[in-house]
Amino acid sequence: MAKKMHIKLTVNGQEEEFLAEPRELLIHTLRERLNITGPHIGCETSHCGACTVTVNGKSVKSCTMFVAQADGADVTTIEGLGSPDNLHVLQRAFKENHGLQCGFCTPGMITRASKLLEENPNPTEEEVRFGMAGNLCRCTGYQNIVKSILAAAAELNSAKEAAE
Amino acid sequence: MNKEITRQERADALGGMGCKRKRVEDARFTQGKGNYVDDIKLPGMLFGDFVRSPYAHARIKSINTDRAMALDGVVAVLTADDLRPLGLHWMPTLAGDKQMVLADGKVLFQGQEVAYVVAKDRYIAADAVELVDVEYEELPVVVDPFEALKSDTVLREDLVAEDGSLPDGAHGPRKHHNHIFTWEVGEKDATEQVVSDAAVVAEETMYYHRTHPCPLETCGCVASMDKVNGKLTLYGTFQAPHAIRTVVSLISGIEEHNIRVVSPDIGGGFGNKVGAYPGYVCSVVASIVTGVPVKWIEDRMENLMTTAFARDYWMKGKIAATPEGKITGLWCHVTADHGGFDACADPTKFPAGFMNICTGSYDIPTAYLAVDGVYTNKAPGGVSYRCSFRVTEAVYFIERMIEVLAIELNMDAAELRRINFIKKDQFPYQSALGWEYDSGDYHTAWDKALKAVDYEGLRAEQAQRVEDFKAGKTRKLMGIGLTHFTEIVGAGPVKNCDILGLGMFDSCEIRIHPTGSAIARLGTISQGQGHATTFAQILATEIGLPADNITIEEGDTDTAPYGLGTYGSRSTPVAGAATAMAGRKIRAKAQMIAAYLLEVHDDDVEFDVDRFVVKGAPEKFKTMKEIAFAAYNQAIPGIEPGLEAVSYYDPPNMTYPFGAYICVMDIDVDTGVTDIRRFYALDDCGTRINPMIIEGQVHGGLTEALAVALGQEIAYDDMGNVKTGTLMDFFLPTAWEVPNYETDHTVTPSPHHPIGAKGVGESPHVGGVPCFSNAVNDAFRAFGLRHTHMPHDHWRIWKTANELGLHG
Repeated sequence: MAKKMHIKLTVNGQEEEFLAEPRELLIHTLRERLNITGPHIGCETSHCGACTVTVNGKSVKSCTMFVAQADGADVTTIEGLGSPDNLHVLQRAFKENHGLQCGFCTPGMITRASKLLEENPNPTEEEVRFGMAGNLCRCTGYQNIVKSILAAAAELNSAKEAAE
Repeated sequence: MNKEITRQERADALGGMGCKRKRVEDARFTQGKGNYVDDIKLPGMLFGDFVRSPYAHARIKSINTDRAMALDGVVAVLTADDLRPLGLHWMPTLAGDKQMVLADGKVLFQGQEVAYVVAKDRYIAADAVELVDVEYEELPVVVDPFEALKSDTVLREDLVAEDGSLPDGAHGPRKHHNHIFTWEVGEKDATEQVVSDAAVVAEETMYYHRTHPCPLETCGCVASMDKVNGKLTLYGTFQAPHAIRTVVSLISGIEEHNIRVVSPDIGGGFGNKVGAYPGYVCSVVASIVTGVPVKWIEDRMENLMTTAFARDYWMKGKIAATPEGKITGLWCHVTADHGGFDACADPTKFPAGFMNICTGSYDIPTAYLAVDGVYTNKAPGGVSYRCSFRVTEAVYFIERMIEVLAIELNMDAAELRRINFIKKDQFPYQSALGWEYDSGDYHTAWDKALKAVDYEGLRAEQAQRVEDFKAGKTRKLMGIGLTHFTEIVGAGPVKNCDILGLGMFDSCEIRIHPTGSAIARLGTISQGQGHATTFAQILATEIGLPADNITIEEGDTDTAPYGLGTYGSRSTPVAGAATAMAGRKIRAKAQMIAAYLLEVHDDDVEFDVDRFVVKGAPEKFKTMKEIAFAAYNQAIPGIEPGLEAVSYYDPPNMTYPFGAYICVMDIDVDTGVTDIRRFYALDDCGTRINPMIIEGQVHGGLTEALAVALGQEIAYDDMGNVKTGTLMDFFLPTAWEVPNYETDHTVTPSPHHPIGAKGVGESPHVGGVPCFSNAVNDAFRAFGLRHTHMPHDHWRIWKTANELGLHG
């Protein structure tokens, strides 16, 4: 067994420090070690996106990143996006637009969408479909996911306009 | 007028049937607070992992676990020899066959479970799997079902008597050592006579390829044996938790009351999570052996390679007609590849499921179906992937046969369907293959669909496109896919539907709380269908309490009433009916309480939305909330306190949802790339409980249909190696490949269902697959194509174009 490494992470604003084998995958750090079970495991080959989190401002599939690679990083998961009293606009939009069914892809889907809307606050439907193509859903056929994200974008934009 | 509005407002406040109620499940799922099986963490929990066979057919010479056991953190390694004393090295399948839990002397498919490693964490378990030394002796591999029926290679020595004779299987005599059963329905001689006498006969052989339901969450479980109390708790991805409890009890000998099976949140099922898998049995044994909880979670490759494939039917058809296109007979023979063990999930009396719905939406007077099940060196399974038992195969068969017949007759395929539809006044309709279709209005749906897409206009555009193509003005062809499907769901009447002897009724138990809220528990289990939302809507309408005040609970066998679970679109037709019936029992008692409180006779009060009113004096009433409280605080002569009800519903018939789908597709002849320009889906699922959820189900089912029709398959090479074991090779469409769908509906309520609902989850898959496939085939009709097999991926479409000489 390889020597354990000293890892420091910030997850959803909380600092974490522990020893881990270099081969430990970030998704297992989150789920097994830190009990952050929002991100899910669907394929372990970075195809499905159920494990999507944000690492240092970028969407990352945490099933194919070693925690050693994330040493010192700032990680945000679905749990860090909103709270029961203050939901993220995407969390509300997915419910309003029936953008989920079994819910297994949803945490990764919303986490990815939150980055997409930061990268492109006013996307076309085509841009949403392209930008979300790394996240698979087996239930919804994507139509209402796309609708949810466009609705969230519209809400964010009108809030921004009102503020200006 | 004023009074009417008030009544409507009262009804609206309930959030009952027909409204687009937002889902109550979404709060936890959107916040990452779902509780799926892999989220369960119990103190001291160990992890199980499988050593799997790299060979599709091999004898096992030896298994040495020494190196694995020596690894720090490994607690146990189980082999068939460890399970044999418990009688658990084999287990019964849902199809009356038996299946190895761990390889007993040989393996029959690649990925078969050989040994089960138990370790302190999943990394150590994975390391230990690599350290188990298995010596194999390769045997000849049979992957083709037609070859299998001729081959000297015996796959299942356990099913051959010592004198070489073949004992009957669960479904009667066997013709060959690799043959499982022959199932026949209808009139063979009469049908063959009709076919030989017919003016027009169209024949075709079509392969409905092997695929996989592939829910985003794989299968898994956590087994926890409490040795102090003798209680086993089994959490898992079970579409039928109660049946799993009974099966676990039967095969383990643990009394059923000492077993609690819990289905937590399930990340999609689509049929994959109906069966009982070796992982469950091994985890239970491992927990019993170690005395601590054991978790087993498949990875994606294990899921695709070993648990529950779907389809794999070779279907040969003959359809007979008059020169005018009136169908006179249908003949069908299926060679069904069931893999190494017959683990198909079908009701006991239906070894090929409801394949005998293959006369479809058409009035076909004479028909015959025969199905031969065959063993091959492929994974076992044969589940209904987002459909009722083999209904997708049946609908694909008939909807392709209709297209082939249209070519034979040189007729428009829409018109051919129209002149053969069962007419509205023929329902209830007795089909030639034994079903009684409960209701339908196919002509209305069909005309509405054709009009919605301007069918005539599309055909004109297509004809122009063919001209342009021939003139060299375009390299894109246009296909118009048509489908009119009839489903058969809601299994089913106990008189002819059971699984392992368990009747396929379902159940609902309701408790009304004193303050007028309620909890209802059902024998089903949601996997994304939104039961907690829709079943509360049924109850809100039935008992007059707001849906928001009704909790729906499923999946815990210690608390929920017995039921056969969720698959085959049976939740609404069966458990939904039980829910309505239990609600009506609540209402019957509430009526007596109301009459007492209002000091009138029981017959002098009537139910009105959310209350009982005195007939003719609506100002005198008691709301259901008031009645609920009275049930707990008043001593009412002749009436027991409390307000509870339970219903076990045995459906008198199946339900028969139907629909009309039209797909418009452009195909690039030079690349084989398809572009779905338009998809129109009209569904008739009877009474509509929540239109928002119905629409979501249709979007999802169509997308799974698109996947299957256009690329998704479980493919094997000649050595029995799985070529599509990861999501790199196994096609799951992304948002980029999927179109927007247009949904529409007609409403023909089921006459025998308490609320007239028929179920919808699977219709779009059943109808969608032939619709996409017909579009591809139709695009090439003008160039002489009769039929090409699915999946229509870019390569195969290019090949079709090439074979038709379209590449110059």
